[in-house]
Amino acid sequence: MSEVLTKSTARNIFYGGSLFFFVIFVGLTAHSRHYILTKGTDNAGLTESVERGKRVWERNACFDCHTLHGEGARFAPEVGDVFRRWGGEKDPAGAHQMIKDWMKAQPSGAQGRRQMPQFNLTEAQLDDLADYLAWVSRTNTQGWPPRPKAN
Amino acid sequence: MQYQTQNIAKTYWLGALLIFAVQVSFGLVGGLIYIAPNLLPVEYFPFNMVRMIHTNALIVWLLLGFFGAAYYLIPEESEREIWSPKLAYVQFAIFFLGGLSAVVGYLFHIYADNARSYLEQPVWIKLGIIVAALIFLLNISMTVLQGRKTAITNVLLLGLWGIAIFFLFSLYNPANTSEDKMFWWYVVHLWVEGTWELVMASVLAFLMLKITGVDREVIEKWLYIIIATALFSGILGTGHHYYWIGAPGYWQWIGSIFSSLEVVPFFGMMIFCFAMVWKGRRDHPNKAAMIWSLGCSVLAFFGAGVWGFLHTLHGINFYTHGTQVTAAHGHLAFYGAYVCLNLAIMTYAFPYLFNRAPYNQVLNIASFWITSAGVVFMTVSLTFAGALGTHLERVQGMSYMDAQDQIGLFYLLRFGGGVVTVLGALLFISSLLLMPRTKTVVTGAIPAAAE
Repeated sequence: MSEVLTKSTARNIFYGGSLFFFVIFVGLTAHSRHYILTKGTDNAGLTESVERGKRVWERNACFDCHTLHGEGARFAPEVGDVFRRWGGEKDPAGAHQMIKDWMKAQPSGAQGRRQMPQFNLTEAQLDDLADYLAWVSRTNTQGWPPRPKAN
Repeated sequence: MQYQTQNIAKTYWLGALLIFAVQVSFGLVGGLIYIAPNLLPVEYFPFNMVRMIHTNALIVWLLLGFFGAAYYLIPEESEREIWSPKLAYVQFAIFFLGGLSAVVGYLFHIYADNARSYLEQPVWIKLGIIVAALIFLLNISMTVLQGRKTAITNVLLLGLWGIAIFFLFSLYNPANTSEDKMFWWYVVHLWVEGTWELVMASVLAFLMLKITGVDREVIEKWLYIIIATALFSGILGTGHHYYWIGAPGYWQWIGSIFSSLEVVPFFGMMIFCFAMVWKGRRDHPNKAAMIWSLGCSVLAFFGAGVWGFLHTLHGINFYTHGTQVTAAHGHLAFYGAYVCLNLAIMTYAFPYLFNRAPYNQVLNIASFWITSAGVVFMTVSLTFAGALGTHLERVQGMSYMDAQDQIGLFYLLRFGGGVVTVLGALLFISSLLLMPRTKTVVTGAIPAAAE
């Protein structure tokens, strides 16, 4: 083995190979970025309100309980598709209002149930957040999450 | 201890151990909220704050541990003192106070704009981390450049530079969530499944060199082979995070293939460590350090390797993504690969730093078995929670909260594992702080059924 592969050969394979794979990776992410901004997401519909909503989501560390497109903590439900689950495709105004009402009604105080804090958001912040959740629900997530019909 | 400046490691590691205690304590609080959601008032202990402290404290103390490891092993490898001890302490002050103030801020619900998971730090703390990293890199690069160059320092330096460079992506937070997520993984994945593995492999190589006495040429050749498999698989393996976030579908194939191969470096490290110990001629008195090193390689293989592979294929990940399966994998992977690594190098170095060799290792060895048993039990509990939750929610179509109610038993078991883990961690910390002297070297300390 020591004759077949010396330390310096191993080192050169490491440097050369890593560089090779890293260049491919950077190329693919550049392509993916283009795809995300043109096809994967509704980038044209990314209004200022949606962006402000994203900042509300970040500022209040919502991802430290909820998942969004499956990423974040698993303490609370997925919200990437909450707008659709709450009927936003047929009745966008209704789902928008439901999200705002939900936020205002927390914490529920129900015994034995996980509690969501009251974030005391303003009306404008609640509108932005609902717009943001509507926007993420339009992302092409390759069919994820699976939502089988309950029997 | 051959070099005076190796003492710098003491400060870093004592700081790391303090934050380690904070990290596991908040883990326990998080586990408690799962099983008794009404016990702690949500105004003061919302779960998001608890998780933020748990994960951020983890990262801060592991990095402090890596810095300490670098300050400890680089003088021995480079055969010279650290370039500037003063800068090393300035760096510690910035990093430690930055990390601590972020954590204390979270406690009072001072969250930051542009927070993302693991990157919740306010921007001024992120900039402080970058300044500290630059001071660190300058200091160790100058030391290495002026001294003997070895593969171990070479790889360690590359890993530490990579950690700093990829952290810069934490400052980039575009408005488009999918683009944000893609570059967020440039920090998170390319850290733990890339650059951190370089640190891990080089520190393990150093430990094997010292503990087993195997020839440096052999160890360093294997070091390059192992890290080559780590980066060849790990870089494109990032694709396993791009399946469902709005990125193109081709990542399902690229991610599945390359991330499946991420098992290889962990398998390699495990075989490497055991082969070196068998081959080694030296009967090193620090059995505890040997157990932590071997334990690190085994638990990293299971946690990062096997538990990662369990849900990395896109056909499986479609169902398990965003469930407790991820949490199970995360706990054992971080513990095996990076917690054990830090505790191994600390266990190896503390007797030299405090001039206590030989010392009574019974407490330390007991803490390895207790902590590891606790983490493994948590992992198994969460795996059951994840598998059952996946079935109920993603196959049968039950709603999230209804499915969660069905798996409460496993959260109770996880909490039990967590209690054992915290006790083990506290035992480890006190074993290093006490380090009772002994005349006799512990023999037969490695149980026959080590794995």
